Amino acid sequence: MIDFHYGTYVQYCLSGDPNKPCSILQFKGITFMLDCGLTAQTVLNFLPMPLVPSTRLDSLPGWMPRDCSDSQLERELKECCGRVFVDSTPEFQPPQSRIIDFSSVDVILISNYLCMLALPFVTEETGFKGMVYATEPTMQIGRMFLEELVENIEQTPRASFASRWKEFLHLLPQPLSNCHRPRTWKHIYNLTAVKKSLSHIRMVGYNQKLDVYGALTVMAVSSGYCLGSSNWVIDSGYEKIAYVSGSSTLTTHPRPMDQPALKNADVLILTGLTQTPTANPDSMLGELCMTVANTLRLGGNVLLPCYPSGVVYDLFECLSSHLDNSGMSTIPMFFISPVADNSLAYSNIFAEWLSTAKQNKVYLPEEPFPHAFLSRTGRLKHFKHIYSDGFSTDYRQPCVVFCSHPSLRFGDVILFMEMWGSSPLNTVIITEPDFVHVEALAPFQPLQMKVVHCPIDTSLNFTQANKLIRDLKPGTLVLPESYLHPPIIDPA
Amino acid sequence: MLYGSMSDIKVTPLGAGQDVGRSCILLSMGGKNIMLDCGMHMGFNDDRRFPDFSYIAPEGPVSSYIDCVIISHFHLDHCGALPYFTEVFGYNGPIYMTHPTKAIAPILLEDMRKIAVERKGESNFFTSQNIKDCMKKVVAVTLHQSIMVDSKLEIKAYYAGHVLGAAMFWIRVDSQSVVYTGDYNMTPDRHLGAAWIDKCRPDILISESTYATTIRDSKRCRERDFLKKVHECVERGGKVLIPVFALGRAQELCILLETYWERMNLKVPVYFGTGMTEKANNYYKMFITWTNQKIRKTFVQRNMFDFKHIKPFDKSYIENPGAMVVFASPGMLHAGLSLHIFKKWAPNENNMVIMPGFCVSGTVGHKILNGAKKVEFENRQIVEIKMSVQYMSFSAHADAKGIMQLIQYCEPKNVLLVHGEAAKMEFLKTKIEKEFQLKCFMPANGDTCIVKSDVNIPSSVSLKLLKDEAKKSNILPPDPKRQRIIHGVLVTKDVSLCVMDVDDACKEAGINRHLIRFTSTLRLEDSGSPSKTAEKLLQLIKTKIRDLPLQFTDCTISVESVLVKVESSEDEMKTVYVSWDNQDEELGKKSS
Repeated sequence: MIDFHYGTYVQYCLSGDPNKPCSILQFKGITFMLDCGLTAQTVLNFLPMPLVPSTRLDSLPGWMPRDCSDSQLERELKECCGRVFVDSTPEFQPPQSRIIDFSSVDVILISNYLCMLALPFVTEETGFKGMVYATEPTMQIGRMFLEELVENIEQTPRASFASRWKEFLHLLPQPLSNCHRPRTWKHIYNLTAVKKSLSHIRMVGYNQKLDVYGALTVMAVSSGYCLGSSNWVIDSGYEKIAYVSGSSTLTTHPRPMDQPALKNADVLILTGLTQTPTANPDSMLGELCMTVANTLRLGGNVLLPCYPSGVVYDLFECLSSHLDNSGMSTIPMFFISPVADNSLAYSNIFAEWLSTAKQNKVYLPEEPFPHAFLSRTGRLKHFKHIYSDGFSTDYRQPCVVFCSHPSLRFGDVILFMEMWGSSPLNTVIITEPDFVHVEALAPFQPLQMKVVHCPIDTSLNFTQANKLIRDLKPGTLVLPESYLHPPIIDPA
Repeated sequence: MLYGSMSDIKVTPLGAGQDVGRSCILLSMGGKNIMLDCGMHMGFNDDRRFPDFSYIAPEGPVSSYIDCVIISHFHLDHCGALPYFTEVFGYNGPIYMTHPTKAIAPILLEDMRKIAVERKGESNFFTSQNIKDCMKKVVAVTLHQSIMVDSKLEIKAYYAGHVLGAAMFWIRVDSQSVVYTGDYNMTPDRHLGAAWIDKCRPDILISESTYATTIRDSKRCRERDFLKKVHECVERGGKVLIPVFALGRAQELCILLETYWERMNLKVPVYFGTGMTEKANNYYKMFITWTNQKIRKTFVQRNMFDFKHIKPFDKSYIENPGAMVVFASPGMLHAGLSLHIFKKWAPNENNMVIMPGFCVSGTVGHKILNGAKKVEFENRQIVEIKMSVQYMSFSAHADAKGIMQLIQYCEPKNVLLVHGEAAKMEFLKTKIEKEFQLKCFMPANGDTCIVKSDVNIPSSVSLKLLKDEAKKSNILPPDPKRQRIIHGVLVTKDVSLCVMDVDDACKEAGINRHLIRFTSTLRLEDSGSPSKTAEKLLQLIKTKIRDLPLQFTDCTISVESVLVKVESSEDEMKTVYVSWDNQDEELGKKSS
């Protein structure tokens, strides 16, 4: 709690994951929810959900704790290479609703499309009456993320759900036994809830001053992390709070980060720093291109589990030009996601939210991203699913496949893992930093295909964050607790 | 010369004052000078085509007089003089326009330059390099983004609908503000949305008034009429010429015709006659976020700007026999391809020309719309007009109803009309003054209009007063969702103002406080005991005063300093005594 002259500032944290933040800020009698992130770590405890039944997964042995004879539990757990998984539709941990009643939230501020996946859990059937603010790309691309998540899970429906295991947590092996309050986990929402939830969003532009009950102004400023990503400035006219979430000072496709707007705040809330502090995004990108070229040269296929928007655009651009330079311009690239067509189309109409270099292209007029050209010329082919019209005729090996979902628990990516996993010629490259790659790959073991870990996280690293704090000179700094300790993998 | 008293707002049109074409308006407020649009006049080929920039600064460099230039949209009568102003006249300050305007304006400027220099052989015109250099100075803005030009001058763009990227601008210096509409459209059409602005209550609304006297019939009727005329003409084997500008109405009419051709399964060729068809449509594809909701929703499946039936035109087709429809630029038939085709087709009564937009005086378009049967050209060539001439207002301007609607939306304190014909403006001016009781101005070019405006005077509030108030209402912190009234006295100290507690102010000034108490006696007809009557009154007062503590003893009700007392008397007529301090005047009124 921080005291100002006239108004107290209180903040609560509703999410344990600083990269999928969700917190409550009360200031001048107004209750804000800062971001609405949904941690998907919980899904790693579940077995993958393949579109067509997999004999390998089906024949995994069941697992039972010693000295336990619960008949219901028997069918719920399966063992794979010494790891125990729940054989059911994956569940998620929504933001905690015990601390605050969601119906009392006045305003939700969404920083970027990766921080809004819990929105239907907060706005639907909770009595929520407030307003949600987000930029247009955040809203449109966020919609794709939400829809993709729902479609991926809904395409493999199950007759029954496992829940008995939650009663026997103390008897289960790690990491299952470490699950945090699994009884509060929920199944994913449906498309109706997504649609209703998105209808609460009011689209805002960068540097648009929004009036909140005449007491505060709120303004989104560019954060440089992804298309439409923003930081927020909350201003009472006398006190200023800056909320920094998911920012980047690297030069990729988004508009650069606006730092002057965040200067001299009374309170700076900083979250969403890199999840891979030891990996340099540039060298990872270089390694990735090399790996892809080497695999293809030997006749193998490359699988890149990915989200439907974001770094994947940079990968299309870099990889296609690297393959051109390596004399492999005829190798097809496939982008498979229920929202692939939307993602490619929308990315090319958001010129106003892009870096100056990309923006200048529309003045010619040319599409800002080269993937428009790549898909026109047939170099990059996109499909909603692998069973969509035309995929089987276009498909030829060797090839590069970008496919969702990076957790490897749902989506068409599972089919490629099963199909290509047994050949050492093939390579899977893990780029998305949201999931620990060893955990994500565990239910597919033993794997013959090569696994290359090239995490690309463009968000601020700790050095950049420290420099930012020095430059911004906040009165008070508010951080997630975990940022106060050095990371376990890099104690220095 | 532009500076005046700080509280006055001055508006001087250099163009578009009681006229259409050459929009350029100087705005001066709070010590800041802003140029709104920098257009050229299509009806003139001489000096009159550009605004008279020498008016701004007869001697000195112009940049020190103008703080910024704002361009509302890409039409040449709004941006055509910009390269001349920056590269020839030497303005090097900031220029603001939206992203689509920044993308498309240089294309149209270059087109016009080519026609003027290469076809008409004019010298003393700006060059291609001038256009490029000029555009480098432009800052692109997005809708609703608040831009601080400097520490005092703020601007913000709103959607105007008129053409792709058209914007209205809200301009603020301290507490004074002005809205400049540029050209706007209040009804959504097939490819654009309707103009929108919030209740920003500017001191002046500077509005276009092209269609000041027109109330247009429904859009659907106009469209049906247009399609019927085109269809009838091609059915009898005639040729239809539709002069349009390559960007803007062209896309709207193409969508209309494309849908009709598809529905009616027509085979008559439709051409889009300019080298930049595809390029123009590409701008629309990339700035899809600026089009209307329907197009934005469906663009992933089908981009409305990919036309199936409309093919590029080649000059050799002019002599082709049989029916055809041709869209050709420019829209006012003053030069270029449209004029070329017009000369060939005009003598045949089977053909038709449809003018879908406004034509400024001096252009061929304007002449034929006024019924000219013969038109003479520079080389003494005389063309007889036998073809049917149709006018259909497809210009996306607000009509009288739309202008009134915008006034209602943003609630200005004054209205100033530009970009219209004097007689029509006069009519609208009367209407606005009558319906809204607002002052309405319509300065001519070069005339300065001075509008007095209120200036906010900031005052501080004593901390003690605020704290006492918070204690009294027992809410900490103050809740912005429930507003309260605070009592105090405004005290002048040196040059600053301060709201203070009354007793403290008296003490500080060494004045004894005198209280005035108002008393009034009312007579009520009410049977029953006095306490019954008092109770009835209490219920009544409770409904009116909700957030203050009421005290009730015997026959007396008191709130703050207000006292309501029913005199004891057993007859039908009751005497009610009401008394209050003058500081509780509001409360006292409510009680009595």
